Amino acid sequence: MTGLKKKRPPAGQFMTTQFNSLLGWARKYSLFHYPFVTACCGMEYMSAACAHFDIDRFGAGWTRFSPRQSDMLLVVGTITHKEAPVLRTVYEQMTEPKWVIAFGTCAVSGGIYDNYAVVQGIDQIIPVDVYIPGCPPRPETVLDGLLKLQEKIQHQDQDWRWKKKRS
Amino acid sequence: MEEKTIVERLREEFPAGVRESWTSLGDDVVIIDKGMLLPIATFLRDSPGEFRMLLDLTCVDYPGQEPRFEMVYHFFSLSRNRRLRIKTQISESDLRLASLTALWKNADWLEREVYDLFGVHFDGHPDLRRLFMYDGFEGHPLRKDYPLRRRQPLIRLKE
Amino acid sequence: MLLNMGPSHPAMHGTIRVMLELDGERIVNSEVEVGYLHRGFEKTCEYRTYFNLLPYTDRLNYVSPLINNLGYVMTLEKLIGVEVPERAQHIRVLMSELSRISDHLTCLAAMAMECGAFTAFLYKMKAREFLWDVIEQTTGARMTTSYIRIGGVRADLHPGFDAVLKKAIDETRLVLKDVHGLLDKNKIFLNRTRDVGVISREDAVAFGWTGPCLRSTGISYDVRKAHPYLVYDQLKWEVPLGDRGDNFDRYLVRMKEMEQSLRIIEQAAFRIPKSSPAFVAAGMSPSQAIKESRLQRVRKAIALSPNLEGSEETRYPDILASDKSFVVPPKEETYTTIEGLINHFKFFMRGHGLRPPKGEVYFAVEGGNGELGFYIVSDGTDRPYRLHLRAPCFHIVSALEQLIRGRYVADVIPTFGSMNMIGGELDR
Repeated sequence: MTGLKKKRPPAGQFMTTQFNSLLGWARKYSLFHYPFVTACCGMEYMSAACAHFDIDRFGAGWTRFSPRQSDMLLVVGTITHKEAPVLRTVYEQMTEPKWVIAFGTCAVSGGIYDNYAVVQGIDQIIPVDVYIPGCPPRPETVLDGLLKLQEKIQHQDQDWRWKKKRS
Repeated sequence: MEEKTIVERLREEFPAGVRESWTSLGDDVVIIDKGMLLPIATFLRDSPGEFRMLLDLTCVDYPGQEPRFEMVYHFFSLSRNRRLRIKTQISESDLRLASLTALWKNADWLEREVYDLFGVHFDGHPDLRRLFMYDGFEGHPLRKDYPLRRRQPLIRLKE
Repeated sequence: MLLNMGPSHPAMHGTIRVMLELDGERIVNSEVEVGYLHRGFEKTCEYRTYFNLLPYTDRLNYVSPLINNLGYVMTLEKLIGVEVPERAQHIRVLMSELSRISDHLTCLAAMAMECGAFTAFLYKMKAREFLWDVIEQTTGARMTTSYIRIGGVRADLHPGFDAVLKKAIDETRLVLKDVHGLLDKNKIFLNRTRDVGVISREDAVAFGWTGPCLRSTGISYDVRKAHPYLVYDQLKWEVPLGDRGDNFDRYLVRMKEMEQSLRIIEQAAFRIPKSSPAFVAAGMSPSQAIKESRLQRVRKAIALSPNLEGSEETRYPDILASDKSFVVPPKEETYTTIEGLINHFKFFMRGHGLRPPKGEVYFAVEGGNGELGFYIVSDGTDRPYRLHLRAPCFHIVSALEQLIRGRYVADVIPTFGSMNMIGGELDR
């Protein structure tokens, strides 16, 4: 768990921390992902989702192709400047809580394409939670990234309805 | 009776239009006059060569030379199993060429691509607009004077 | 009513946008917008050396990357005039057909899944994993391999290759048999694909269609038979044809082509010439060899590290051409002799290295979608002056507007799926 800081909710609130953990547990094991697939990494995404390297065993099996119904945006492949507004729209349409995984080096940093057409990393457009490098990443790397996201979800400060809204 | 090659037939039919021709590495190459493109293409498609398929059309940019752009067409004949490359040169000041959309249907998208990436206009094209780049993109990226990394983002990027 | 089937497709096709003008459910007019994956391949290649741009070719038709490698490398070899060893040619054919099978598997899996046949998708992905195991053990990577190099291939086949290949072939045959049983006479699949997306022969030729989509209309044109390259003319196989040019025929032609590709693989694996030297397993370690080379020329065998397995110096006559100016020198020479080091340095130095003669060339191989052609203009330097790709699915997708006119919205899905649009190739 190197590099991941464990966020500690304020002390003295036993019920809320327990509820926080429960909510984190529920959210991390029921991720509905939206595979925003553009390029070659899509093939490795398909491999990771299918029988040999199942992501369903981690709870993230169900694909929901609607931003309203999914909570994890899996940006798979190169994002060009033409595609950038579409990605931004899809991200903004997703409802909270939502997480973003940048899958593949093209999504992380533009990859081997440093030219007029390619966005150099999707964090220039939307905030990213986990970066999975690789060109394309092996399915085991994808599963590792998913596990890291699950840890992050478990330990983050969950947002629930009756909590005071932060701006 | 010895069958004439398609290049010889072309030379017979269009003596003024065909400028040069040669065969290198097994490919037949013919350089033609740009005004004769449509008649020559019609001749190639209909008879006797029966080049029914337009394989490819593209453009090469030679910035130092005049004329600057060279259009390259690849035709293929299914019945004779032969390929042919036709080249024609156009200069920057008169960047127009006849469109082949009336003869081959895939010329539609191919010419849009060349227009998008090089800026060549095709007279007679039903709907000449950009294909790969988005509306609002200025310039023609594949020209040699367009820098590789000049980006024109559509939405505001962070950092 | 205007309906937008936007660039983020709920299918594995990725980035294409189809705007439909509807009258109820019927499509009156449509417009296809491409370019959402235009990554500037052709312009980028003008700034890279011929050797450097191999990884870019992998990512063109990313479901069959070895065939793109092959197309580019053979175009360059035609320009230079390099003779490739027999064993390397057989290996190239093997790898190319494995890629072709994985291309067809992916295409049909996605098409079936979008029509609702999820089981066919999972079965085919399972078969693809076995094929990718073979590719990974030979080339080092599952997908984007950059394995086929100028002059030959990167490394020779490893010792257990035949066993792994046999397993992959057997599993693929089982999967194909299962999928034939699931889909061929399935009423739902037939209703969705029979007589949908029909194209006539004249139209297909006018659109410049090649590959399985053209063969589904009945025209027999396969680059491997028409302009044979490598050892395809020495192997026995057939070109499957369809007759109606509809979606179901495109599906069936691809299924039969996979069986033919398996035949080619078996024949190539049987006929491959034996590798000449014995496999060098024992020898001094590389660091020892470097130390010794500083005192005297190294005469004993060197055991290279495992990730260089297959590309030892003794293997070079089998896998790479003998012309030194177009081939990376072997690592033993590079690290232990001064001539090898100089050759290596000059090969990769900017302005030196691989410099083909001035001229232009066009060469085409049979890609997963059809005639994959490369047009290279060389000006004598180490970078291509212009590199253009004749993408087969560009021409196939340009016919989409015509194919879906007058049909229902639901017909767009199998029609588009059977065309096998690959974004990397379409948009370059």
